[in-house]
Amino acid sequence: MAQDTLLEVDGLTVRFPSVHGPIEAVRDISFAMGREKIAIVGESGSGKSMTARAILDLIRPPGERIARSIRLDGTDLTRLSPRQMRQVRGGRITMVMQDPKYSLNPTMSVGAQLYENWLIHVGKPKRLSRAAGQKAVLEMLEAVQINDPPRVARSFPHELSGGMGQRVMIAMMLIPQPELMIADEPTSALDVTVQMEVLKLMDGLVARNGMGLLFISHDLPLVSRFCDRVLIMYRGRIVEECRADRLHEAQHPYTQGLLSCLPSYAQRGHPLATLSRDAGWEVAP
Amino acid sequence: MPARFLRRLISFALTLALTLFGLLAVTFVIARVVPIDPVIALVGDKAPADVYAAARAHLGLDLPLWQQFIIYLRDVLSGNLGSSSTTGNPVLSDIAHTFPATLELATYAIIVGIGLGIPLGVAAAVWQGRWPDHLIRVVSLFGYSVPVFWLGLVALLVFYARLDWVGGPGRLDIAYDYIVEPWSGLLTVDAAAAGEWDVFWNAVSHLVLPVALLAYFSMAYIGRMTRSFMIDELGKEYITTARVKGASEARVIWRHALGNAAVPLITVVALSYAYLLEGAVLTETVFAWPGLGSYITQALFDADMAAVLGGTLVVGASFVALNIFSELVYAWLDPRARMK
Repeated sequence: MAQDTLLEVDGLTVRFPSVHGPIEAVRDISFAMGREKIAIVGESGSGKSMTARAILDLIRPPGERIARSIRLDGTDLTRLSPRQMRQVRGGRITMVMQDPKYSLNPTMSVGAQLYENWLIHVGKPKRLSRAAGQKAVLEMLEAVQINDPPRVARSFPHELSGGMGQRVMIAMMLIPQPELMIADEPTSALDVTVQMEVLKLMDGLVARNGMGLLFISHDLPLVSRFCDRVLIMYRGRIVEECRADRLHEAQHPYTQGLLSCLPSYAQRGHPLATLSRDAGWEVAP
Repeated sequence: MPARFLRRLISFALTLALTLFGLLAVTFVIARVVPIDPVIALVGDKAPADVYAAARAHLGLDLPLWQQFIIYLRDVLSGNLGSSSTTGNPVLSDIAHTFPATLELATYAIIVGIGLGIPLGVAAAVWQGRWPDHLIRVVSLFGYSVPVFWLGLVALLVFYARLDWVGGPGRLDIAYDYIVEPWSGLLTVDAAAAGEWDVFWNAVSHLVLPVALLAYFSMAYIGRMTRSFMIDELGKEYITTARVKGASEARVIWRHALGNAAVPLITVVALSYAYLLEGAVLTETVFAWPGLGSYITQALFDADMAAVLGGTLVVGASFVALNIFSELVYAWLDPRARMK
């Protein structure tokens, strides 16, 4: 495991000032992952999205990111200049966000948005022609199983359905062939039927390109089927880490609590369990 | 495709016609309802009854109101806006002389206002709460709270009377009058076209102060609005996407955020331009600028209703034209506004 570690986060904290003193959205978390599918799950506000954004150095002031180190294939991202970090962002680590309705620029055509990413990470560094970029855009749209790529490239985000929008987003983020993809609730805004299609597509592309996937979700059943390992976050800390297919054997009372809150057919007719919290959970076991 | 375009064109034309008709009707009624007797203005209050009645019949004022309106409408459609009772000229030719003066002033002012206001607003949004933001807040607060006539007078006193850096009131020094044949009515354009560079620079020196003053006010307004639209846009998710893609901060701000903030800004810019066109009356008065604003104001004071009606019509028409123009720009900037 040690030699093929892709991402290693050590002592990451995200802090925001507030009138009641600083609030820590992420508290001193550490984890490592290889080229595998790893999930971060937790409730809203548990710090999972902030963890993703902190890795990409996208915490906006007045928020601040504090970390001993964040290593990507050995490079410590916390020591990079903003300019170097921009090359990592989108180029080596990328992120697919929740809702394509908001995460695509409404006034730029789909093709122009994909082309922009290609230009920053492929076209400019390699001094390739515009035609090569347009070809790459169409190929990438084809790879995410979009029918009639030239037409979609000319269209604008408001003309796409949710599923198509998310495919476009995935295509855009994969153009520079990154090593790590972060997916921040990529299917939460989609219909259930479309969800599976998008997941399958993402799974296939991640496997084909040998990428790591950091999958952020609150959907425990989905994660246990889809990912290799699961990190469970509670109030800014990782409280448990386990294999995805062993999620039902989780030890931590919080994880057990979450699992018991899931509706199931076997418990029909009974009121759904709720979570009773314990101050002791905030301390990592 | 052509059918769609044609339908759009027709709907534009209809909107334009309806708006102008409504404007005409309202101003016409107001002009007839006000207790001003145009007959007395013509013949004087000592005129005998038969002279008065003859003049009244000559003006068509003895007819019922709706008939008067139809006659007025027919006149307007054939390009006859009546005669001004103060200048004695046809109103149309008066407007042809005064409107270009206002147009020249307003156009330079809005260009400067946009050129300074948008970058300042962007800077204020990007460095929100830091010194550029505070500077802009103070500058625009000053713009809102200082009366324009006072600022204009002080500017004239300092830069014209004391320092003699710029031209004084009016559009040209007397020595330069009547050198250039008016063609567009915009002195800078006409002078440049005729190659009369002395006239050109004299016109510019007269424009500097009023343009600076008007530009300052539009800059303050455009800057404030740009700031708030940019703060809105910069908080949106697609901006995070652009950053995730590794786009430079300059690209994120100017291409992504401003590209979207520009859509609501069109309305702001069109409105402030319309405001300038309708005649920045105080500014024109302070600088003795022979523009539309001072023409309408003068006509109002002299109860010269034909001139008031004509001037209002021109102001209304330019409003409608600006609206149509901003709708076109809207469709160009925002794909969602394009018709399917």
